[in-house]
Amino acid sequence: MKCEIDIAGLVKRFGTTTVLDGIDLCLKPGERVAIIGPSGTGKSTLLRCLNWLDAPDAGRITVGDLSVDAAHATRAQILALRRRTGFVFQNYALFANKTARQNIMEGLTTVRGWSTAKATARADEILAQIGLADRGGSYPAALSGGQQQRVGIGRAMALDADLLLFDEPTSALDPEWVGEVLDLIRSIADGRQTMLIVTHEMQFAREIADRIVFMEGGRIVEQGPPAQIFGDAQDERTRAFLRRVS
Amino acid sequence: MRPLDTAYMGDLVPIILGYVPLTLGMALVAMAAALCLSSVLAIVRVLRVPVADSVVAVFISFFRGTPLLVQLFLFYYGLPQLFPAMTSIDGITAAVIGLTLHFSAYMAESIRGAILGVDRSQWEAAQSIGMTQGQLLRRIVLPQASRVAAPTLMNYFIDLIKSTSLAFTLGVTEMMGAAQKEAAGSFLYLEAFLVVAVIYWIMVEALSVGQRWMERRLGKAVAR
Repeated sequence: MKCEIDIAGLVKRFGTTTVLDGIDLCLKPGERVAIIGPSGTGKSTLLRCLNWLDAPDAGRITVGDLSVDAAHATRAQILALRRRTGFVFQNYALFANKTARQNIMEGLTTVRGWSTAKATARADEILAQIGLADRGGSYPAALSGGQQQRVGIGRAMALDADLLLFDEPTSALDPEWVGEVLDLIRSIADGRQTMLIVTHEMQFAREIADRIVFMEGGRIVEQGPPAQIFGDAQDERTRAFLRRVS
Repeated sequence: MRPLDTAYMGDLVPIILGYVPLTLGMALVAMAAALCLSSVLAIVRVLRVPVADSVVAVFISFFRGTPLLVQLFLFYYGLPQLFPAMTSIDGITAAVIGLTLHFSAYMAESIRGAILGVDRSQWEAAQSIGMTQGQLLRRIVLPQASRVAAPTLMNYFIDLIKSTSLAFTLGVTEMMGAAQKEAAGSFLYLEAFLVVAVIYWIMVEALSVGQRWMERRLGKAVAR
């Protein structure tokens, strides 16, 4: 099957440090991929480049019929790419001056140009989906960490993006809130939403991912189905990492 | 020591009060203009707009680094030497422009601080959903920054009201100028300037009450 998301030769440097050293990755429609690996190996940077929060230095990102070349990306292409890739932040990053419902609506009204009535209706659907139907009018400050992250996920969902990017979505959460957020991501995964998730929750990655990608030193070292990576990794670096985290 | 001539003071009050609209008018116009200008200056600095950023930095440094009185004199008496067209400018206009520039420099710095106080991750979140720089400033960053900056800006407004008295030095007859004129005829300087001081004081106190009320309201909006 053809790639829905195609990442080719992606390079990102910070000063003289090469953080992404030629990443090639193809996601098929509905594929759920988990990226694992030691800290500081470029996992989050890869996700941030796909949403252009960090501008890659070289390579090409293709999402559906939109193809953006790092060397000559236009402003319009960058905005279009961002619209097609929903990003879930580690620290939720909710708009503090907007209610939960307004956080979800913001992309619909301001970016997609929907009417307030249409956006409100859609936001209420999403609020129900993320289990916060009764908290739509609450400001982020009045929500628990788990609730805030669910709103963060809802905001990304509202874009109807081709690709959802989860950047360590449970790392900043108190342990008591991790479960509800993982449950929500699991339910989104069940809907066969194409997603790329950076996580330290190995058990979770194994459960929901169709494929595990192991990164180290800005490169993809090894990838394959969860059973293969967790049960029978070929590369010594992968095995060493999995020994450390398990 | 002779007692205060309270009857004279009583006669002066309505005369000086008659100039309150001029004082408040100058302050309000200068404040409105300074709010617009300082927001632009702050945004230029925060976004580090090439070239403009350096120009703004020099502008702010100059208007914060020199006395307001010197700026007003430079503006009113000095510049017409270079630009003869400016000779026709009246004292009120010159004072308002001078006050606007001076207070813009201060206000720009506090607005800039308030903008930088908005968590960087909210900028990224707004970008991530495809918002343009203008949209994210208008809808996410500035509303939060203005809440943080409001108390400080209110203080600048109070300072601005008091600073309008300097317009007197540009030949404008406002509260201070009127008192000076009255006193020059009666030689009751203490009485005249006391009346001016008390009227300023009451105006500023009234504003301070308003400020505290506003802060309570703004505080409530976030803590819902």
